Amino acid sequence: MTQLTNNRQNDWCLSNFELFEKSLNGDSALHIHAIRKAAMERFAKLGFPTTRDEEWRFTSVAPIASSTFNAVLDYAPDGITEKNLKNLIVDGMNGSRLVFINGHFSRDLSDCGSFPHGVKVENLSGALKNDIGLVNQYLTRYARYDDNAFTALNTGFLHDGAFIYVPEGIVIEDPIYLVFVSTESDASFVSHPRNLIVVSRNAQVCIVEHYISVEKNSYFTNTVTEIVAGDHSVVEHTKLQSESLKAFHIGSMYVHQGPASNFTSNSISFGGVLARNNITALLDAEGCECTLNGLTLSTGQQHIDNHTTIDHAKPHCNSHELYKAILDGKSKGVFNGKIYVRKDAQKTDAKQTNKTLLLSDNATMNTKPQLEIFADDVKCTHGATVGYLDAEALFYLRSRGIDSEAARDMLTYAFASDVTDRVKIEGVREYLSGVLHARLEQGRSEG
Amino acid sequence: MLEIKNLHASINGNEILRGVNLRVNSGEVHAIMGPNGSGKSTLAQVLAGREAYEVSKGNVTYEGNNLLDMAPEDRAREGIFLAFQYPVEIPGVSNTYFLKAALNAIRKHRGLEELDAVEFLSLVKQRMKILDMDQSLLNRPVNEGFSGGEKKRNEIFQMAVLEPKLAILDETDSGLDIDALRIVADGVNKLRTKENATIVVTHYQRLLNYIIPDFVHVLVDGRIVRSGGKELALELEDKGYDWVREHADVNV
Repeated sequence: MTQLTNNRQNDWCLSNFELFEKSLNGDSALHIHAIRKAAMERFAKLGFPTTRDEEWRFTSVAPIASSTFNAVLDYAPDGITEKNLKNLIVDGMNGSRLVFINGHFSRDLSDCGSFPHGVKVENLSGALKNDIGLVNQYLTRYARYDDNAFTALNTGFLHDGAFIYVPEGIVIEDPIYLVFVSTESDASFVSHPRNLIVVSRNAQVCIVEHYISVEKNSYFTNTVTEIVAGDHSVVEHTKLQSESLKAFHIGSMYVHQGPASNFTSNSISFGGVLARNNITALLDAEGCECTLNGLTLSTGQQHIDNHTTIDHAKPHCNSHELYKAILDGKSKGVFNGKIYVRKDAQKTDAKQTNKTLLLSDNATMNTKPQLEIFADDVKCTHGATVGYLDAEALFYLRSRGIDSEAARDMLTYAFASDVTDRVKIEGVREYLSGVLHARLEQGRSEG
Repeated sequence: MLEIKNLHASINGNEILRGVNLRVNSGEVHAIMGPNGSGKSTLAQVLAGREAYEVSKGNVTYEGNNLLDMAPEDRAREGIFLAFQYPVEIPGVSNTYFLKAALNAIRKHRGLEELDAVEFLSLVKQRMKILDMDQSLLNRPVNEGFSGGEKKRNEIFQMAVLEPKLAILDETDSGLDIDALRIVADGVNKLRTKENATIVVTHYQRLLNYIIPDFVHVLVDGRIVRSGGKELALELEDKGYDWVREHADVNV
């Protein structure tokens, strides 16, 4: 019975795939297409997860599974211009920018910048033709799809997204900005952006992935990003999830860390009616530093779920994780933080903190730290708190003449800025400050 | 300036204040002394507007207005300042940002121009000197990671910036070493004028060597049982609170 339901719910995905295959024409002969087909077969077997699946216990994807989202097979600018992008994106980003509209690369709105020889900042669809040798060394090798239906689905529809390759010793100063725009559409549609970021030995790069929409419509973004951080590389990745409040967003990021690499992720989510961010970082060599920072801002009926996995496979690695959430209205938050410390991973130092601020009695948070430690000489700490604004602190501020609303805003802002201040790019910090202020104002007007 | 009549207040159903009467005029310094649990801090918190306390009886008039009807922020804007016994740590909010917001809220209320960043900073620097405070404290989050002494000094520093009409110092001496005590007390004395008034709540007589009160009141079991001049504090130090309990006056 379950199987039947699942199959019916997969139908729209499978028929999309037929259309997608047809649209590929000659490209379906490429090596990558065999992987797509295998992933699609896997997806058909797995089906969409249900809340009976431990990984999805608190997040029901039934609204996605039971809808029909149409594939967007070709690029169409859909009326998107620099002008209407401007109000939605981060101001003052100096580096290169790749823009994708409904999952397809927009050459017109992108600026691939100029980089030292060997650096690749291009769209994946182009790279699959021009740099196929390089791409094939990495693509789909880190994002395992055998147990994750959404990654399988993304891999099945793998077509476009960003491809960034930084050769040995190159330091890219300005952030590379990836913008994924969803546009107005009569019918609900789905896009499957796929990004591949490879940072070689002693190289450094800073990347911002930003998901936005021009209209407040319903659509589904199912994105996967693979990051390979080579020997002694330094990689900072910031994801800004600012989808429409009717949108569905499932994003999975897979990070593979080489020796003494330093990886930082800032994941800030405030869009979507249903959003799930998965981050899996494999610390696969000695001396890695892995920092995961996260912030959720939700209100109304939003449901935002963050699942992280830090896999300490080798000795002498440090991980620091700080995830915060501010929940208002009837919104729901989920945090699940897995930390594996494998038998070999002696001298691991792992710290995880999850803090949630409830601004409403009707908001709920489910938080679950999950530490699995198989080595004996390690330091692992975790802590989770869920609470309201501190009454003592509110009174203290008010006793100095600051009114109750301003005091609440001040404390809420401070709670969030603990995470946003960690983003190194000033433009992004300012953008987030604006988002926070707008949310606080909105919260006030809704009472 | 302030008139408290038959004030009764309770928290979680426990009556702490059981009929306090007190009158404070401009230019005066009143000390409120009493044993632990007598209601000194409760009185201070009720005057500042702490909502956790329920006032069941009595009234408080401040500058002709019913103080108990006013929100805590309105009391502050009208010139009441409470130096907390346990100053609250506020992570993520810098001391400067907080104090500028507070000062400008008060100035706006009084129909004064709000200060810009430059004007504010020069005022702050001047006031920091009074308290001999390290300037690095300005950019740190409010009270976070401050030592006990730094927190108390920060309270009086805020008072120096906000210039209240009625300052209530709740156990400001506790946690201060003798040098810090002298600096803090000097600060309070420098801020005294004929127009403002101070209520010093303290358990020990020590602070009153530096801040000389005009009146001393002894609070026991939620009532002021004895009032007198500054010599009462010395007598108390000598004879202990049991002596007051035995020789309690009628309420003043």
